Amino acid sequence: MMMRNRSALWPALALTAPLVLFLACAYALPFLGVALWSVTLPELGTGQYQRLVGDPLVLSVFLRTFRICLVVTVVAVAAAYAITYVWVRGSRLQRRILEICIFVPFWISLLTRAFGWLALLSNRGLFNSWMQALGLIDSPLALVRNEPSVIAGMVHVLIPFAVLPLASAMRAVDERVLLAARGMGASRLRIFWSVFLPLTLPGVIGATLIVFVFSLGFFVTPAILGGGRSIMVAELVYLRMFQSPDWGLGAAISVALVLIVAALMALLSRFAALALTGSGK
Amino acid sequence: MTTRAVGIQAIGIGKSFGHFEALRDISLDIAPGEFLTLLGPSGSGKTTFLMLLAGFQAASTGRLLSDGIDITNSRAEDRSFGMVFQGYALFPHKSVAQNIAFPLQVRGVGREEIARRVDAIIARVGLVGHEKKRPAMLSGGQQQRVALARALVFEPPVLLLDEPFSALDKHLRGRMQEEVARLHGEFGTTFVFVTHDQSEALSLSSRIAIFNNGRLLQAGAPRDIYERPQSRFVAEFLGEINLLPVAEVGHCSLGTSGLFEGMRLRAPRHEHVGGRAMLAVRPEHMSVSAEPPSEGNGVAARLANTTYLGAAMRLAFATRSGTPLTVTLPSEVAGRVLARGPDVWVTWSFDNGFLLPEQS
Repeated sequence: MMMRNRSALWPALALTAPLVLFLACAYALPFLGVALWSVTLPELGTGQYQRLVGDPLVLSVFLRTFRICLVVTVVAVAAAYAITYVWVRGSRLQRRILEICIFVPFWISLLTRAFGWLALLSNRGLFNSWMQALGLIDSPLALVRNEPSVIAGMVHVLIPFAVLPLASAMRAVDERVLLAARGMGASRLRIFWSVFLPLTLPGVIGATLIVFVFSLGFFVTPAILGGGRSIMVAELVYLRMFQSPDWGLGAAISVALVLIVAALMALLSRFAALALTGSGK
Repeated sequence: MTTRAVGIQAIGIGKSFGHFEALRDISLDIAPGEFLTLLGPSGSGKTTFLMLLAGFQAASTGRLLSDGIDITNSRAEDRSFGMVFQGYALFPHKSVAQNIAFPLQVRGVGREEIARRVDAIIARVGLVGHEKKRPAMLSGGQQQRVALARALVFEPPVLLLDEPFSALDKHLRGRMQEEVARLHGEFGTTFVFVTHDQSEALSLSSRIAIFNNGRLLQAGAPRDIYERPQSRFVAEFLGEINLLPVAEVGHCSLGTSGLFEGMRLRAPRHEHVGGRAMLAVRPEHMSVSAEPPSEGNGVAARLANTTYLGAAMRLAFATRSGTPLTVTLPSEVAGRVLARGPDVWVTWSFDNGFLLPEQS
């Protein structure tokens, strides 16, 4: 929005200044430092970036990260869509139950939830010991320290982030538009596919963007549930920085991740803007 | 294009939401091809009744017949009545042509046939050149036309309209009313129209059904219902009306008469006799004279106030006992009346008055 006059500009600046200052000190400056490391450690040059694109280990971690995040995003957004649908359009009781299921985990620390999955799924965890006690399995199933468990843990964390943009998109749908479709003889399935889903598509795009971007930087959940086997980018940065004195490569990976996220956000937000104004199709 | 219009019969329809009775015992015959208006104040149940006709809500009691076939429990998607919603309810993500094509696609009509019928109806509602636009790019009147085209393109046996003009300005409203009247004539479909605007109801409908507090008070042709309302509510809702309390109501040679300020005022025959009643007269049916009338009714009154309305003037009088009387006269005539001084006789012919039960 344009500022109408200069007198309104200064209060606005004064109100936003603390945030800008905080972001500059807490994010922009440290990030510039990290970016500096990536081209100066151990010596000046683009050597670390050449290593990054040439190192099969680093590339495989990037590929795994994208694969996991893609699956996580699809599963989380799809699940969130179904959950939100019931939350927004369901009965009072359904709404209350879902609110508890969505928001109570939201308030619990990431670490606690990751250990919760571990307690449930590890070799001597609840699931395996009960199944063994019931005689359904002979030896414990390997349910953690693999990609599926990382995905499950991440989906669990990310669903609430997808629910909020989806809910606002679904609440904005005019009930009469759906009634109109019914009155014209459309079945429920038809109304969903040709009216409800297209109308909530901006929410789906928003949810996808948020979940995918968040998931790229996940550290705690994959570190605990992956058990050092399914390493993702954030964990690789950690290993380069703290386990081996390879700060230059760690910094280069961080910069690459930030650039990828920025590019994705630019791309997707443009797509979202197109979908919202309706000039895209 | 002509459509087979159907008649609908509502028999003892009731609808409750919890303890609230939105509709009570509504019985109404809707004739094939007629233009029926459901008129009433907000909360009167008229929209609820329309939603029941559409099948979006189920009746709590009573039955609904369509050409004699029971449709009480059939779903909206199976009834396939056309519907124009308040605010139009167009699909915002579809173009004008896609909006209008939707009901045909749902019915599995072939691609070429859809294109042909969509083009034809776009021409009929005057939207040529706007086919590819989204609803948000159209004016209110154009959106209204899309909504009408979309509701009529599949040639429904009944078209239901829920306050379709409420969002339009007065000028556009008049034009869209003409448009709807023309489409009704051309399609021959049964139109059921909901409004709270009495002048809209009077000018458009072949019949009006008046709702209040969930009850159907009276149904009839606009002229009948305006000139012969059966209750005070209907009389007052359809337009300004003078109500004179009369006593000793009894039959006389010319009809029924009652006593007002010591004079016998006469009206067409009315079955409620004995005791008190209200004699009702529309302001435009009254005139003003210097002398008591030789025939017809007359009441001595004193001018209290005048309001200039352009073509007409509204004159407010009070009778000797203080009963207010309003008379509307052409401005030119009113000017002459005002020149005569404040004490006059307000007169009207017997036929223009009617008696109403005192409490109604």
